[in-house]
Amino acid sequence: MNETKSLFDVIGPVMVGPSSSHTAGAVRIGLLAGRIFGEVPQKVKFKLYNSFAKTGKGHGTDKGLLAGVLGMDVDNDSIKKVFNLAKKMNVEYSFEFFEDYNRHPNSVDITFEHENFPKMKISGISVGAGEIAITKINGYKFNISGDYDTLVLIYKDKPGMIYRVTSLLQNRYLNIASMHCDRNAKGKEASMGICLDGYVPDNIIDEINKMDDVYLIRKIEVLKK
Amino acid sequence: MTQITTFSEILETAHNKNKKLYEVCQEIEADVAEISQEEVRDKVKLILDSMKTAIKQGLKSSEKSESGMCGEDCAKLLKQYKKGSLFFTKVYQNVLTYSLATIEQNARMGKIAACPTAGSCGIVPSVIIAIAESLNVDEEIQINALITAGLIGKVVSNKLALAGAVAGCQSECGVAAAMAAAGLVELYGGNNEQILNAAALTLKNIMGLVCDPVAGLVEVPCVKRNAFLSIYSVTGAELALADIQSVIPIDEVVDAMKQVGLMMSPKLKESSEAGLATTPTGLKITEELAKKWNEDI
Repeated sequence: MNETKSLFDVIGPVMVGPSSSHTAGAVRIGLLAGRIFGEVPQKVKFKLYNSFAKTGKGHGTDKGLLAGVLGMDVDNDSIKKVFNLAKKMNVEYSFEFFEDYNRHPNSVDITFEHENFPKMKISGISVGAGEIAITKINGYKFNISGDYDTLVLIYKDKPGMIYRVTSLLQNRYLNIASMHCDRNAKGKEASMGICLDGYVPDNIIDEINKMDDVYLIRKIEVLKK
Repeated sequence: MTQITTFSEILETAHNKNKKLYEVCQEIEADVAEISQEEVRDKVKLILDSMKTAIKQGLKSSEKSESGMCGEDCAKLLKQYKKGSLFFTKVYQNVLTYSLATIEQNARMGKIAACPTAGSCGIVPSVIIAIAESLNVDEEIQINALITAGLIGKVVSNKLALAGAVAGCQSECGVAAAMAAAGLVELYGGNNEQILNAAALTLKNIMGLVCDPVAGLVEVPCVKRNAFLSIYSVTGAELALADIQSVIPIDEVVDAMKQVGLMMSPKLKESSEAGLATTPTGLKITEELAKKWNEDI
């Protein structure tokens, strides 16, 4: 998929520097991952790989990731002071740095913890010019770029689940831009990421939530450009 | 209106409609984003405002970046200009200081507008804003100039990712300079052909520019390169406004740039494995920073 660029891909975004891939991209990965976890975590652990690990300190990649997790956008002046802010919010954070050339040059694994919610591990990559993707949630493959409103589901692998979810969308005339499915084993758990041309109303989420065997559902709104 | 992917197409469309390039561009943008042209211009104005804010803040600061490699150059230049001029007239002095002010804000984690990237954010604003001030050009025309600059970057990016890792610095600071040159021609009231010639002339002369940042950071040589290329882009506009033409049409220049970008060794494309990054001094700085940051963790 390679859509023609917008004027605002080349003038803007307004962002905190110094790097669109290593700072703004990091903020956007944190922001999307935070929305997928759905809560401000009590504890968050970041594992940075390759270029993110090697040049992350100088690019403020660490600050950007944490700022995103705390809900800040790329143009928030407080990104630079996010460590102090996290301490005030009682969010415990840590960073580890790795070299693994099987991984994308700019990748990160984020582990979220909160006493009232199951632990989640979310991986993301920064692909350049502030564009990013969430590539894994709890081990399942996804491809969430924040360019579309996206539904994220983890559910029991059984016949008819994709049909049930997509027919709900069809009933609301919601067009699917792209879709990504994965599973760990037949009959175990499966995942669905659906990018949509349009806003997903809350009652669709409620209806999907009522279905049997849906373990996790999130509505991820398009990231501001 | 559908998307346009080459400069010759957009020039022809503008010619047929008897419009300036920025008008065609804002029309397309409005159609694709399903918003009005006024809304497109409002968004551009917000970006222009944030560019002006970044300049203002950068001119006041001499705070060093996290690495300590940069942050004091704009202040040094301003200090010199307080003592007196060197070679540049006031407007060129402002182009230089605005460029450094912006890119140094970027390096110290200040707020900037990427244009087209963060590492090249000083070039377009310094040229358009400093010269608009000197010519006393009103805001609407500055917006026209910024849209014109954006059009150049947008059409180039349809062929070539604007990222040092893909095609070297020619696709970041190089494209920024072409954008600035084209924007400046619009600011001055030049015609569509002159705008595209300014961009073509500018691009041709930075072809093959490598991306070899010391320690992988957007600082050395990026900060000073923004200052250099800001002044350089004025040359592109100056030549084009005299109806000097690029012998090679701009679409072919972009194709050539892409070819050169693909032929460049990956070691010279943002990986810091050659060039300035691996000079004895570059390596020494890289080692020292790695040591310092490891101790921090």
